[in-house]
Amino acid sequence: MSLSKKLRSAITEAMEHHGGPRAAMLESLRMIQQEHGWVCDAHLEEAAALLGVTTAEMEDVATFYSLIFRQPVGEKVILLCDGASCYLNGAEDVRDAVMKRLGIGFGQTTPDGKYTLINICCVGGCDHAPAGVIGRNRKLVGPLTPDTIDQILGEDAK
Amino acid sequence: MSAEQPLTGRARPDRRPHTLKEWRKLGGYDAVERGLKTMTPEEVLDTVAAANLNGRGGAGFPAATKWRFMPKPGDAPGDGPSYFIVNGDEMEPGAFKDRILLEAVPHQLIEGAILAAYATYSSEIIVLIRDAYRDAIANMTRAIAEAEKAGYLGKNVLGSGFDVKMWVHPSAGRYIVGEETALIEALEGKRAVPRKRPPFPAQSGLWGRPTTVNNVETVSCVSHIVGNGAQWFRALSRTEEGGTKVFGVSGRVNKPQIIEAPMGTTAAELIERAGGVSGTGVLRCFQPGGGASGFLEPAEADIPLDFGHVAKAGSMFGTGTMIVLDESACPVGVIARHIAFYARESCGWCTPCRDGLPWVAQIMARLERGEGRMEDLQVLRDTVEIAGPRGRTFCDLMGGAMSPLGTGLARFGDLFEAHVREGCCPIARDYGRAVA
Repeated sequence: MSLSKKLRSAITEAMEHHGGPRAAMLESLRMIQQEHGWVCDAHLEEAAALLGVTTAEMEDVATFYSLIFRQPVGEKVILLCDGASCYLNGAEDVRDAVMKRLGIGFGQTTPDGKYTLINICCVGGCDHAPAGVIGRNRKLVGPLTPDTIDQILGEDAK
Repeated sequence: MSAEQPLTGRARPDRRPHTLKEWRKLGGYDAVERGLKTMTPEEVLDTVAAANLNGRGGAGFPAATKWRFMPKPGDAPGDGPSYFIVNGDEMEPGAFKDRILLEAVPHQLIEGAILAAYATYSSEIIVLIRDAYRDAIANMTRAIAEAEKAGYLGKNVLGSGFDVKMWVHPSAGRYIVGEETALIEALEGKRAVPRKRPPFPAQSGLWGRPTTVNNVETVSCVSHIVGNGAQWFRALSRTEEGGTKVFGVSGRVNKPQIIEAPMGTTAAELIERAGGVSGTGVLRCFQPGGGASGFLEPAEADIPLDFGHVAKAGSMFGTGTMIVLDESACPVGVIARHIAFYARESCGWCTPCRDGLPWVAQIMARLERGEGRMEDLQVLRDTVEIAGPRGRTFCDLMGGAMSPLGTGLARFGDLFEAHVREGCCPIARDYGRAVA
């Protein structure tokens, strides 16, 4: 599997835009993920070669940032806030309800490949607590309740 | 209460940002014209100094003092630009104030950044924004393109001879990226591990060049100071520290929200404006400025909230976004969440933080389950004393994590002990699990 022509040129462009190959590493990983949902080994190696950095350097960055996914994720990624303001408004009940409904824990993907569930630090939605962000466009949702999670899971966030 | 809300007053309720044309009609970019056409960089800096603008990212360091460390052209060693970086990596638990400034009023931030770059002899501005703020990333990027097209960014801005370019760097998670030297590492395409200081960023920052990093809200204040003067800005405040503050009130309140109010507004007033305490309606305690600020109690709800007054009360004003606990909410549970968060988000470089925080997190979880031991409490106290002070680690993440724990142990020691003695959370037992 190799990178599309469009992605290759976007990565090359990012080098000039962000002030050099190193500075464009994270942006390259973000762009690959935006198109493919996650960053596989082949894409990572190809992007590293394009930028002129080593695969190890690229991997170093890719594994540090929690929202660069190095394994396949579901069609919809659900990031549930575990910050204090959400906790104080029942986030753990929402978490339990989502886990029960999907049958997965944090860091896992449903067998049908539809959902991945991840916990995330404060999403800056304390005025919508308990909150989460869903889908590739990181749409803010909340206040969530155990009774309204169907709505969240069913809503198309793409 | 003063109705003046310079930072959020022009934001639309749905947060739809203004076009440049709309912004100009509201007086946008007048301050940039004034600053660049009629003032020297030194005069802009002196105005901000006279306004007494303290950094809104958490530390409260005077912005102008930070700016004065930047070398004048010719004084900087070697060749290359100086950088002005806007920190939009808002991830502190309980903080949601920069989001509105990035999403709804991006041109206000650009104005401030241009003037700040001018005052710090910087020719490149980078706005780092967290991944989850996609609207903020899109709105800022669009606004920058508009400003560039109109000649507010680029070569020879408004014929002043000042060259400056600006772009957005979207991040990809990890709380520690918001630490200013970690942020610089992130921009250099590395793991965001904080740097040892000295050298400070103004001496050697991004790519080894002089660099200033300021918070979104701090930068958003600058055009108002330059446009209306230092005296006007100081008069917005009820205390010595200038300006309004974009406060946040969340947790156990009926209407959690952002409130822009004079610096020095009290917690009691803000809680009232946020619809009052929810749940039992009785305030147990609050953290005045995000997860890393120490707990304060009802008796302290009437102190003026600014960096100086809150520090004197034994806490930290931090981000100014308070987390409220009512009588049915357990501080031990809140501390456990904070510690788990800081343990997970540590970059893992310094031993006290990398190894200490998971240890503390385990103890806190044990206490919550009702399986804690009395000697655990001494381990917690020792950790606060040993690992809490500045200077034991490269950055303040560990110190920040220890402040809710330290103040929690000091103020609610009996509650910690009750968790051990009674083998459960006594508050959860009496009130049930805290839900709205």
